[in-house]
Amino acid sequence: MRPFKYTNAKDVPSALKLAAGNPNARFLAGGTNLLDLMKEDVERPDELIDITRLGLTQIKATGSGGISIGGLGRNTDAANHPLVRQHYPLLSQAILAGASGQIRNMATNGGNLLQRTRCPYFYDVAMPCNKREPGSGCGAMEGINRMHAIFGWSEKCIAVFPSDMAVALAALDAVVKITNASGEERVVDFADFHRLPGDMPEKDTNLSHGDLITSIEIPKNNLADHSYYLKVRDRASYAFALVSVAAAFEMKGNLISKVRIAMGGVAHKPWRAMKAEQMLIGKEPTEANFKLAANAEMADAKPLEHNKFKVELGSRSIVRALQMALNGGKS
Amino acid sequence: MNEDDQSPQLTEDEKKLFEDLMPEDLAEIIDAGVNRRHFLKLMTLTGGGMLAWQSAVAEQVLTRPLAPTPPVTFNPETIENGVNVALKINGAPQKVTVDSRMTLLDTLREKLDLTGSKKGCDHGQCGACTVILDGRRVLSCLTLAASCEGKSVKTIEGIAQGNQLHPVQTAFIKYDGFQCGFCTPGQICSAVALLDEAKNGDASYVTEDLRKKSGPAMLSKEEIRERMSGNICRCGAYPNIVAAIQEVHSGKAVEQNWLLV
Repeated sequence: MRPFKYTNAKDVPSALKLAAGNPNARFLAGGTNLLDLMKEDVERPDELIDITRLGLTQIKATGSGGISIGGLGRNTDAANHPLVRQHYPLLSQAILAGASGQIRNMATNGGNLLQRTRCPYFYDVAMPCNKREPGSGCGAMEGINRMHAIFGWSEKCIAVFPSDMAVALAALDAVVKITNASGEERVVDFADFHRLPGDMPEKDTNLSHGDLITSIEIPKNNLADHSYYLKVRDRASYAFALVSVAAAFEMKGNLISKVRIAMGGVAHKPWRAMKAEQMLIGKEPTEANFKLAANAEMADAKPLEHNKFKVELGSRSIVRALQMALNGGKS
Repeated sequence: MNEDDQSPQLTEDEKKLFEDLMPEDLAEIIDAGVNRRHFLKLMTLTGGGMLAWQSAVAEQVLTRPLAPTPPVTFNPETIENGVNVALKINGAPQKVTVDSRMTLLDTLREKLDLTGSKKGCDHGQCGACTVILDGRRVLSCLTLAASCEGKSVKTIEGIAQGNQLHPVQTAFIKYDGFQCGFCTPGQICSAVALLDEAKNGDASYVTEDLRKKSGPAMLSKEEIRERMSGNICRCGAYPNIVAAIQEVHSGKAVEQNWLLV
């Protein structure tokens, strides 16, 4: 690991000031991804600003009936908070599907959204990677791309975003509250938080240097009765998703009146399955309708050499997640 | 004072283990004043196979701190990016000066002689470095020592009360929850913290109904497997590890079924 200066921020203004003063500084929260990448020489900050003593850990109901989750709270606490479990079980489930007990105890909610791809070509500094070194090429395009994207990729980058939590937040129409280096606050819709790779795969998100995630807010909804996070992976636990699906819907009589479907493991950002959602509005929650919607969504997939299986897997996973949601999360 | 003088003599457990393995040498070795530090070294050097793994197991399961080495304190100015850290380790206050890059794992192993926590992958993928930080299990290989100011760390060396093993340690021995023993300190720290998480009613990905939180969670084998998935065992002692944890969790002996794990 390269040498770096360790500084301890006492409060939000001092953290923002420290970051503004050094373009090569990074905030350190849980560190579960950042330190790993520093050991691999992928991330090379010359200063780490420890922001774990700033507070920003609270989880509370908002005035409009939603919930606010502190950016520096730990994943374990978000997943187990009574308000989250009762009203947003989809989020609890997605967080608990990710990583391990130890890592969830360390990882923060803001940091979860800022983790980098686990593409092996990104991690291996001996390989070309446009995300790590813009202009060096993409090792995965002609390499082993079984784990890679089937939606929204570009010639520059076919990596997928690894977070499970973010897939649920995309489905739940969350917003991210950010304070920038000058102390100004802004609110970003979750759909606009992460980016598709395009010509700038080195940029995962629309954040700028010195931006601090202070909280994540989810609006009130009535999706808790019918929601499920399905994660399909190479082993039963503690592995990144091949495909994951956050599915949730609301019923009026025997018809679906509102539906949210987001996918993980298929794109450079959480992938909202808008086409499938539109097809299910006003329909009965039957297996046949689920299949029609899932197949319509996956018809737009553009698989690579080694991940053609993700198209059928994605389709079946959408159907399965919707069925589980229909049965209140039980098979 | 040399290091030998600081080390305690063999415990009864260790004498017994030694006697089992090398009965003809025990009296001579004790007469010669062999201490624990020598004992563990000897056990490792005495040969491959049986003795080597027995000693590894002895170190993992019966481990307790050797006599504390007085910490060498440096002026942080003399280390590039040096950071002074005061923290509690297994109840005892410690002050160390570390390079900002030093992980908690390396600090425990290299500066504080607490080599029970193991460096398996050093990338947060195996769980061998698991310690309990302020009551929660974390990966010490992905924790900077510099970030631990004022915190309290419990390592495998602090799990037993003196020579009284923690119930999880006893159960690991009873159910053979290890073969080579390398992952065992991490497994045990993880399991000890897991039992507290269950008491708190914390959920996992396989919890049937997340919306229902009704007191302490009763853990099935499936639940234990999911909750322990951050600790990899290359020997594949998983059924035994799960059985050991289940016994401590439920308070009842667990029938081991080799077909249905």
